[in-house]
Amino acid sequence: MIDRADIVIIGGGIQGCSIGYNLAKKGQKNIVILEKETVASGASGRCGAGFRQQFGTEMNCILARESVKIFEQLSDELEYDIELNQRGYLILAYTEKEVEQFQKNVQLEHSLGIPARLITPCEAREIVPVLDTKDVLAATYCPTDGNVNPLLTTFAYAEAAQRMGVKLYQFTEVQKIETNKHNIEAVVTNKGRILTDTVINSAGGYAREIGELAGVEIPVYAQRHQIMVTEPIDPLWVPMLMSFSRNFYFQQLPHGSILGGYGDPENEIIGHNTGSSWQFAVTMAKKMTALIPVLTNVRIVRQWSGSYTMSPDSQPILGEHPQLKGFYMSVGFSGHGFMLAPITGIMLAEYILEGDTPLPIEKLHITRFERGELILEPSVV
Amino acid sequence: MDDNTIICRCEDVTWGEIREQLDKGYTTMDEIKRITRAGMGPCQGKTCQRILLHAIARYLNKKVEEIPLSTFRPPTKPIPLGILAGGQDD
Repeated sequence: MIDRADIVIIGGGIQGCSIGYNLAKKGQKNIVILEKETVASGASGRCGAGFRQQFGTEMNCILARESVKIFEQLSDELEYDIELNQRGYLILAYTEKEVEQFQKNVQLEHSLGIPARLITPCEAREIVPVLDTKDVLAATYCPTDGNVNPLLTTFAYAEAAQRMGVKLYQFTEVQKIETNKHNIEAVVTNKGRILTDTVINSAGGYAREIGELAGVEIPVYAQRHQIMVTEPIDPLWVPMLMSFSRNFYFQQLPHGSILGGYGDPENEIIGHNTGSSWQFAVTMAKKMTALIPVLTNVRIVRQWSGSYTMSPDSQPILGEHPQLKGFYMSVGFSGHGFMLAPITGIMLAEYILEGDTPLPIEKLHITRFERGELILEPSVV
Repeated sequence: MDDNTIICRCEDVTWGEIREQLDKGYTTMDEIKRITRAGMGPCQGKTCQRILLHAIARYLNKKVEEIPLSTFRPPTKPIPLGILAGGQDD
């Protein structure tokens, strides 16, 4: 193992690999990525594979829009087929309050050049003929939302980064971050000690613990989200189906399998539980068969879970920690880390190397919580 | 066993596709599963995992017991959504 690096990235998930790749692309040398297990073994490889631009805050809309632009050409850029499909997201509204929110969302999305539109239940059925629209009051649809293979995307970033000289150490666990007052001196791992003055915390569910190793507090926590997938069947419908009030998302992937999940923050214990529950499978099956009754005979083959890393306002924390020079964070994505990684990797790389980035990274700084400038996203599962 | 030999019958994954990933340096069961989908089909690796395990061990010149298994996940066998949905919550 090398004993000195210009930048040490902690975490070989989509954030760490995207940041490492973008730093190297901008000419940065001597970058190391440390991964406790293997690339994409955490939340990146467990996520729901979707990306959407339909959000309720300007920040999320802009980050998502910019990420989609990158996803659209990422297979070419990284020389790896990441299985991009822009099959759209159909988001269903079941309450008057939700319809009002969706009207605002669509207005905001239009002002930012996102091609979403508010549609009737009848139009929703034209897009998804097998859909039961009982109780649906309206829906929004954006045809350029979609999915990619999250595993292959993370591997693609990791391989491209390594081709440009980034060193990736797997099965390498960070045990200590040595500091001297407000500066970083070294990162100690189970494989050896690396001298460095710059660390990027992209440890996903373990971001808070990595902060503690460096003696700084990061207000995020890990919380389990479950998901399940069926056997592949013939193509049945196209877009992702989602609802915030009824709490679900599921879609048929290009492979033919149907994958979906829902959030249960009230009942989930905070922590690193990646087990699966029977309750989840039963509830998710009810949600899926109620919406698409012909799914009754389709069999689920696997369920699993991963951690959302929740921040106080469900928005990422990007930037340098005010109490420790050279300690950068790309954490707290609250369930949207995979879909936002293409752009946040560029933003953080530009911020570190050039001191600024065209997108409003300052608004995502950790000090926003003290300033009381939270960015509250209304449209989350 | 040649490159056209099917290792995972559910997902149609050949030894050639798996060997390609081993050559690239992906040598754990989990990595190979995530990249090639071997073991992700309806049988969840009940057929192919043992074959894959032996193939990886032989490729790496290691003993079978030195190769970590990938995680087995529920359910043990596929269950129709309608049966799950009609079941009791507890």
